[in-house]
Amino acid sequence: MSSQPLTKKDLLADHPTWCPGCGDFAVLAAFFKILEKLQYPHEKICTIAGIGCSSRFPYFVNGHGVHFIHGRALPLATGISLSRPDLHVFAFGGDGDGFSIGGNHLDHAARKNPNLTYVIMDNFVYGLTKKQTSPTSPIGYKSKTDPTGAIDQPVNPMKKLVSNGASFVARTHAAKVKHMMDVFEQAILHPGFSVVEVLSECVIFYKGAFDPANDRKGGEFVEIDESYDPSDSQAAFALAAEDFPGKFGVFYKEERPTKNDLEQKWIDSANPEGVEPIDLLKGRFASMR
Amino acid sequence: MASSTKAPDSVAPVSSSEGDGRDLKDAVIRFAGNSQDGIQTIGAFLAKMAGRSAREVMTYMTIPSTISGGPSIFQVHLGSGEVLSAGDEADFLVAFYQHSYENHISSLRDGGVCIYDSDQVEPDLSDGRVRYVGIPMTSATVEALGGSAKDRGKNLFTLGLVVTIFNLDRDKLAEIIERQFGRKGEDVLRNAMLAFDSGHAYQTGDLGKFSLEMGTNEDKDRIATDGNMALTYGLLAGGVRYGAGYPITPWSTIMETLRTELPKFGGLFVQSEDELAAVSTAIGFAYSGHLAITGSSGPGLSLKMEALSYATMAELPLIVVNVQRGGPSTGLPTSVEQSDLMQAIYGSHGDSPRIVIAPKDVEDCYYVALDACRLAREVSCPVIILTDQALASRIEAFKEPDLDKDFVPASLDQDARGEDFKPYPLDGMTRHAPPGTVMEAGKYPVVTGLEHDEWGHPTSSPALHVQMTARRREKIKAIADELPAPEIVGDAKGKTLIVGWGSTWGPIRETTLRLRDSGHDVSSVHLRHVHPLPSSVKGILESYEDVVVVEMNDEGLYGYGQMATLLRGHFGLSHIRSVTKTDGLAFKIREIIAGIDGADS
Repeated sequence: MSSQPLTKKDLLADHPTWCPGCGDFAVLAAFFKILEKLQYPHEKICTIAGIGCSSRFPYFVNGHGVHFIHGRALPLATGISLSRPDLHVFAFGGDGDGFSIGGNHLDHAARKNPNLTYVIMDNFVYGLTKKQTSPTSPIGYKSKTDPTGAIDQPVNPMKKLVSNGASFVARTHAAKVKHMMDVFEQAILHPGFSVVEVLSECVIFYKGAFDPANDRKGGEFVEIDESYDPSDSQAAFALAAEDFPGKFGVFYKEERPTKNDLEQKWIDSANPEGVEPIDLLKGRFASMR
Repeated sequence: MASSTKAPDSVAPVSSSEGDGRDLKDAVIRFAGNSQDGIQTIGAFLAKMAGRSAREVMTYMTIPSTISGGPSIFQVHLGSGEVLSAGDEADFLVAFYQHSYENHISSLRDGGVCIYDSDQVEPDLSDGRVRYVGIPMTSATVEALGGSAKDRGKNLFTLGLVVTIFNLDRDKLAEIIERQFGRKGEDVLRNAMLAFDSGHAYQTGDLGKFSLEMGTNEDKDRIATDGNMALTYGLLAGGVRYGAGYPITPWSTIMETLRTELPKFGGLFVQSEDELAAVSTAIGFAYSGHLAITGSSGPGLSLKMEALSYATMAELPLIVVNVQRGGPSTGLPTSVEQSDLMQAIYGSHGDSPRIVIAPKDVEDCYYVALDACRLAREVSCPVIILTDQALASRIEAFKEPDLDKDFVPASLDQDARGEDFKPYPLDGMTRHAPPGTVMEAGKYPVVTGLEHDEWGHPTSSPALHVQMTARRREKIKAIADELPAPEIVGDAKGKTLIVGWGSTWGPIRETTLRLRDSGHDVSSVHLRHVHPLPSSVKGILESYEDVVVVEMNDEGLYGYGQMATLLRGHFGLSHIRSVTKTDGLAFKIREIIAGIDGADS
């Protein structure tokens, strides 16, 4: 269809409604850049999200998309990916959507390895509902639900994802656009379930949360060393155990058959004679006579 | 009201000297044993054989919710005429163990025959109410199988006995056994046939023989299967190619079969990590442009509710099967109840109308599935199939469906959408644009759970919420006028009308016919489409002096079952009364008659 190259202009829908200064703008910009680079057919791009500030993402991408219910973006995206191998499926969401209400789905998507890319814009706080503790809020963080400081151990996204079997696990920072673009590209090109955690600052409810990893804000952005072997899950755990802000880059990467491949293999062998559906059904009824 | 609850055509009491050559129009045989004895298997064989003999059949079974072991029964109602219920009382009881005898002897009618395993059971022979025939089923089976100490095969020995007692067609049954056991290897088949034939050859002494009349059913091509299979193959015939689910009794056999079958149809069914994921993945399939299904039983349907409202809001077609069981909570997982009606119609948040259809018998499970597929496509909304545990597991024989007429191929609408495309036009039907569809205007749609305008753009406009709520309501309301008029047994107006829905159809019909035979002014109506109701329902209800709704749920805080509450609320008719029950068992004819009597007074 589209003989003209797909540009940011084609891909930009409504102007984002995020607050000025929100880290999510950079994530959107990086996503557009990658799509410009990869040049997928416009109609084959499909962007999925659940509920939350970052989950407004599909509205700002001019492409087929779904703004679904809270926490369920991944099972929905799995259905799309499995039944429509012609599409490029991207899920976006925040830490509440992904690690809390949708936590079970993240674990299972990780082990099932459906072919799709999931970007978690982690801001360590519930922003849309105005400052409640999130599953990644650090202990001591003062919110409206923890006025004396958060007391629950936060989720360690990298550990969780590696232990659940995600085949591509990476971490980046919304203030580091070039790094983010590089990680996004690797994630998108990875066959299977690729997950990227982006530290994306909420400038209203958790200002400065990621400054320790931002060299322009007095912190230090440390990339994973080039000698690191991303196929070593033990090394990934060790890396994930480092104190905040830790390191950035691809923590773990493994080539293994996707759920799409395995299901398709079954489909391909299930009816070797190519019996027509109506005749299959007639045969079933004949056996019930 | 009638005092007799006996069917006019039921068997006469069997006295100890009679039996030979006695013609029976129908017979209710209850096998009582443990779940590992394979009585389900022989019950299913008898049911298949009935289907092939132009007889009517209905089975009923209980399965303990433990993995193995525990008492279990299988009841087969064979008849030459219409068989509408599994039978209030058994004519014959086959008792494998002492506990089987003790727990089920009261289900045997006066003058009935108790055939017991004399190796296992010591009956109270002084009980003159029924006849006792002791047969050493365990030792005879062991002997038939060459003295191995095991009694596996007792079920087939018993089946052989039944063939002899009822003069059934031995060769037809042998063929059915061969088909089933042939796949399991020669040894298994040989032992099965040995046990079957020794039961067949066993001298039943003074019990004599009963002759079950051949059926009058003229359809040559009849099939025998259970409700969950009829439903599953209806979905496949109707064009379902994708689905997702999570295991729960008694829904699981539908998902197991779809998981196995769909790849052969080029589709896919996935087992999800939970009910929330299952419905979400199914919505993902629907969004992708496929006719998709999810399903569960009561507790699982509750978990799916949030996503169902999304499907209503996004106007995506989705078929949802709910195989009702006893509730609330884990409740009675292997018993029947109709207590999910309100949940199916009104469960979930917000004003989220959907279509709900309830099959009346096993055959109807197939046709309801076809209807659900058609309506989901045409109206583009969730359609709930509200079946139940009784239908799920019982076997009936019915005319083989005409697939050349019923079959609907799967399709994916990916035609490019023009400049003026609107998925949710205020003056027309929904037309979803699945991903992959080229949008000629260059603007791509985001399907959303937020209130939206005709193009799907989110809006918080009060006027649009009013218009869109009405749109989602009216498109479903519109089908009420097209639905076929509900089936009425009896007169178009009169004194008493029994109202039923779902699997109570058979017992209600049988009750109505019996009462009418004995001169009572009673009719009944069956509501297959429970939401929306066909437009004609109000007029029907107004045509009788008394309306009694019979359903398997509780009378609630205000004294009315769920359907009775809805009908009173919908139509403001105060002459609607309610007969309910919550024992987890299908209605018996005498319970309905007693209920109507009670409702009369």
